[in-house]
Parts: sequence; structure tokens; C-alpha cells
Amino acid sequence: MKHKAITMITRVYRFYADGFRSMTVGRYLWAMILIKVAIMFLVLKLFFFPNVLSRDYDTDEQRAEAVRNTLLDQR
Amino acid sequence: MDDLMNVVDWSRWQFALTAMYHWLFVPLTLGLSIIVGVMETIYYRNRDAKWLAITKFWMLLFGINFACGVATGIILEFEFGTNWSNYSWFVGDIFGAPLAIEGLLAFFMESTFIAVMFFGWNKVSPRFHLSATWLTALGAALSALWILVANAWMQYPVGTEFDPSQMRNVMSDFWAVVASPMAVNKFFHTVLSGWVLGGVFVVGVSCWFLLKRRNIELAQKSIKIGGWVGLVGIVMTMWTGDGSAVAVSKYQPMKLAAMEGLYEGKCGQEIVAFGILNPDKTVDNEENPYLFDISLPYGLSVLAKHDANAFVPGINDLIDGVELTAEGDTVATDSYATRIAMGRKAHEALRAYGEAEKIGDEAAMTQASAALAENFKYFGYGYFNDVNEAVPPVALTFYAFHLMVIAGGYLLLFFVVVLFLVYKKKQWLGSRIVQWMGLLTIPVVWICSQSGWITAEVGRQPWIIQDLMPTRAAISDISASSVQITFWMFVVLFTGLLVAEVCIMLKVIGRRSKEELVNEKQ
Repeated sequence: MKHKAITMITRVYRFYADGFRSMTVGRYLWAMILIKVAIMFLVLKLFFFPNVLSRDYDTDEQRAEAVRNTLLDQR
Repeated sequence: MDDLMNVVDWSRWQFALTAMYHWLFVPLTLGLSIIVGVMETIYYRNRDAKWLAITKFWMLLFGINFACGVATGIILEFEFGTNWSNYSWFVGDIFGAPLAIEGLLAFFMESTFIAVMFFGWNKVSPRFHLSATWLTALGAALSALWILVANAWMQYPVGTEFDPSQMRNVMSDFWAVVASPMAVNKFFHTVLSGWVLGGVFVVGVSCWFLLKRRNIELAQKSIKIGGWVGLVGIVMTMWTGDGSAVAVSKYQPMKLAAMEGLYEGKCGQEIVAFGILNPDKTVDNEENPYLFDISLPYGLSVLAKHDANAFVPGINDLIDGVELTAEGDTVATDSYATRIAMGRKAHEALRAYGEAEKIGDEAAMTQASAALAENFKYFGYGYFNDVNEAVPPVALTFYAFHLMVIAGGYLLLFFVVVLFLVYKKKQWLGSRIVQWMGLLTIPVVWICSQSGWITAEVGRQPWIIQDLMPTRAAISDISASSVQITFWMFVVLFTGLLVAEVCIMLKVIGRRSKEELVNEKQ
């Protein structure tokens, strides 16, 4: 059973490894995807897009209270 | 207040920018995945190497578009947490659940089978490969489903109950959310519009091949598939558009009135086929809404109510809370003044609930909760000081809607003509006029697609959640300058991606077109 699982994992690994090796246009596309995802998560998310409520309050009760106050103070 | 308005405006521009850029890529993924599936199915059935080469060519373009578009929607989720934190909290798991399902199931399904699509030739059986191709298309459609379910809930909030203690809407009926008429129509209308866009893209690129006199056979065969998928897509899009119109007339009648620039409704209402709005017209004056219009008698009553004599309310009718029966009898509905009063009562009840909760007064909490429940359906109107604040931007909604309809009509004609030529008058495909027509229709379909989104999203203003939360109440307490910075970063990032996609596409199409694709050795 264990042997079968390892064989399966090896086959899947080889499938992907061979696929990536034989890429032509795909190499540039993967580079683009990785750069894009890195910009999004390592730059934009980290430095520019905090979750405001999670950052400013510790508990859900405090967040609910903050949202209630904000919503009712806006009129 | 000025600062708040700036934050709202910048955040809206930012969201519109990211959503519209994202939507440049998504419909092509939806459409091309189906077209590639059809092409591979033909290959699977006849094992003709030409069809394999055709499938591989369009699959490559699908891959380029997928790579450029993938993850561009994630930024929208970042914006919810930062710019729209009140909204994000208020919607609770209504938004979270569909997006989580989308992320876990559909996106991973799509990504997994894409690997088999591209890496699996000669490594998995043809049947398994074909299944992977169709499952990729299904995964793309499922991704769209969950996003559109969430969007539809914002347009028609059902299946939820507001919990004043959590300050969140809690899902009470999952299926009411998923199968709401707004969600069903929006899903099919949007996904099928992707088929149209994919169809035009394939026909357009194939016309470029014909223009260059390269790979004529590939182009002609591709035009047939693109033409059929596009024709089925446009017919079904129009059909589901009719369903959308009925749903909008029922649940967002103000949006429908804005789409038509209609201020005073009547029984047997005509529809404006083409018109120019009078910029001086407002809800407060008696000016003619149109400087010029060509209208079809009874058209709007038929479209919105499926009844030629039905009453379609205009903006002023909705504000005044007046409707007529088909027989002409007046029926009173909740006027906007009443809604504002009820909204304010809901606000006061919520405030009282919060104060009672702080001191643990259960009786007062129960009383406040009951008052809130009674008035909650108009909670969002409590933010308005004037009924005019509840009117969407009429001009942008009107022109976007009519642009979409006119472009959609052209696309129907386009596919009929293309299929007629490719089956009955193939020699005419050699005409440069026909070839240029095919090529120049590519931008038309994107304009049509974007116009549809503008109609849907601008037409529902001032609401972020229909009747419950106006856009300005949804905003976080952040500075306008921080949103401006990220807005311009997105302009650069997305424009870069778009330029990259177009350049890679053109390079690949140009290079591959010079090869004898259908004689490719397999």
C-alpha cells in the first residue's frame, strides 16, 4: 500500500517535472505568474492592504462594536 | 466629510479599475475553454491530426490568457478588507462562504486540470486528456458561479438574517442565496457572454490568418467552431438577459428606470432603442428626458414584465411610491420618504440595541431587536437626507446599457453572417472587407462585455447592498491618499499585465502563423 502511494507520488512528480522542463512559452508565463503573485502577496498585501478590522481590534466583539459605531455615526 | 467622500470615490475607482481589468481576462478564459473543449472533442472522435494541431494552437492562447489573468481577482479581496471593512464585516459569511468555496474547489480544480491539459499530451490517455480539458472549462465556470452568487446577493439580499449582536448578516438559507433568481440569471448571462467573447476572439484571430493568407484550413475550421460557440452564446446571452431584465424590474426597479432614462412610467411602456439623454433633466424638473430617441412601442413592458400592457415605474414613480395595475388602477408602494423614515427607525433601534447590550438589559435588547427587524429591510435608506440620493447615475447607466444592447445585436448579426459565409459562401471569406470585419469585431465584444458590468454595477448605485447599505457607509476609516497610491500602482501593474498579454499573444500568433500548423507532425 505504502509502495503504491510512493509510486503514485513519484509519477505525479515526474509528470509535473517533465511538463515544466518541456515548456517553451510556458516558462515566460510561469515567470509572469510568480512575479505577479509575489508582488500581490509580498508587497501589496503586506504593506498596502491590511485587514483594517483585524489590525485595529483584538476580538470579534470589539470589531462588531466598531462597525456598529461607524455605521451609526455616518448619517 | 470631504475627506470621506474622497476615500469613497477613490475606493470606488480603484475597485472599478481592478474589477474591469480582471474582467478583460476572465471571459476569454470562459469562452476559450469551451471552444478548446469542442475542438478536442472533434479530434477525439475523428483522430484527425489537423484537429489536434488546431486544438493545441488555441489551447496555447488559452494558456497565455489564463496565466495573465490568474490571481488578478485576488486584489479585489484585498480591497474588501482594507477599503471596505464595514461592508466586509456586515456581509459576514454570505460573502465569505461562496468565495471560500470558489478558492478551495473551483480554482484548484481548474488549476489541476490545466496541468493535465498542457503536460498530459502523450502521457495520459486521450479520454483522460479530453476529460481534463472539459473539467478545466467546468472549473472556470464554477469559479464564476461562486463569485456571481456573492455579487447577486449584493443586488438582491436573500437567505440571510441580520444579527445585531454580531453586526453581521448570517446565512439562514444557503440555497436561497445560491438559487436566487438574480444569481441564476447573472451566472448564465455572464458565463454565456464569455462564450460570445471567446467566439469573436477565435473568429477574429482566424480572420487575421486569412488576411495574411496563412494556415487557411486552420482558420476556416476555427471560424466554424468559434462561430457556432459564439452564436449559441449570444442567443443564450440574450435569453438570459431577458431573465435578468425581469429580475431587475422586480428587485431593482430603480436600476431598470435608470437603464432606460425613464422618469415617468406608464402602462404599455415603450423601450428606447436609441436615444440621447437631456443633460438638464433631473427628478425635480419637467424637462423631456431625451433630446432625441427612437422607441419601440410596448417594448419595455414586454421586456420587463412579459406583458405588453404592464406598468413599468419610472424614477419619480418609485420615489413617490406609486404603481399602476395593467388596468390603470393606482397601487401605493413604500415611497422613498417612507423608506428613509423606516431606515432611521432601524438605525435608532440598532443604537438602542447596542446600548442595552452594554448594560446587559435583555428586555431592552429584545424590544430593540424587534424594532430593528421590522424596519431592517430599509436600513440603508436611513443614511439619506434627500430622496434624490437614492437615484443612480442615470446617464452612465443608460448609455452603458444601450451600448451593450446595440453591440449585442451587432454580434448576433456577426455570427449569423460568419456562419453563412463559412458554410455557403466560403470564397467570400477571401474578401479583405470580411477579414477586417472579423478582426475589428474583437474590441467590440470587449466593449460590450465591459458595458454589461457598468450597467449592472453603476445602475445599482448608491447601493453596495441593495436597500441595506449605501456605498458610502461601507467604507473603512482610511485616508484618501493611501487609496490613491495603490490606485496608481494598480494602473501600472494591470496595464503592464495587459501589455504583456497582448505582446505575448501577438508574438505567439505571429510566429505560429508562419508554421504549417495543420500539417504538423504529431
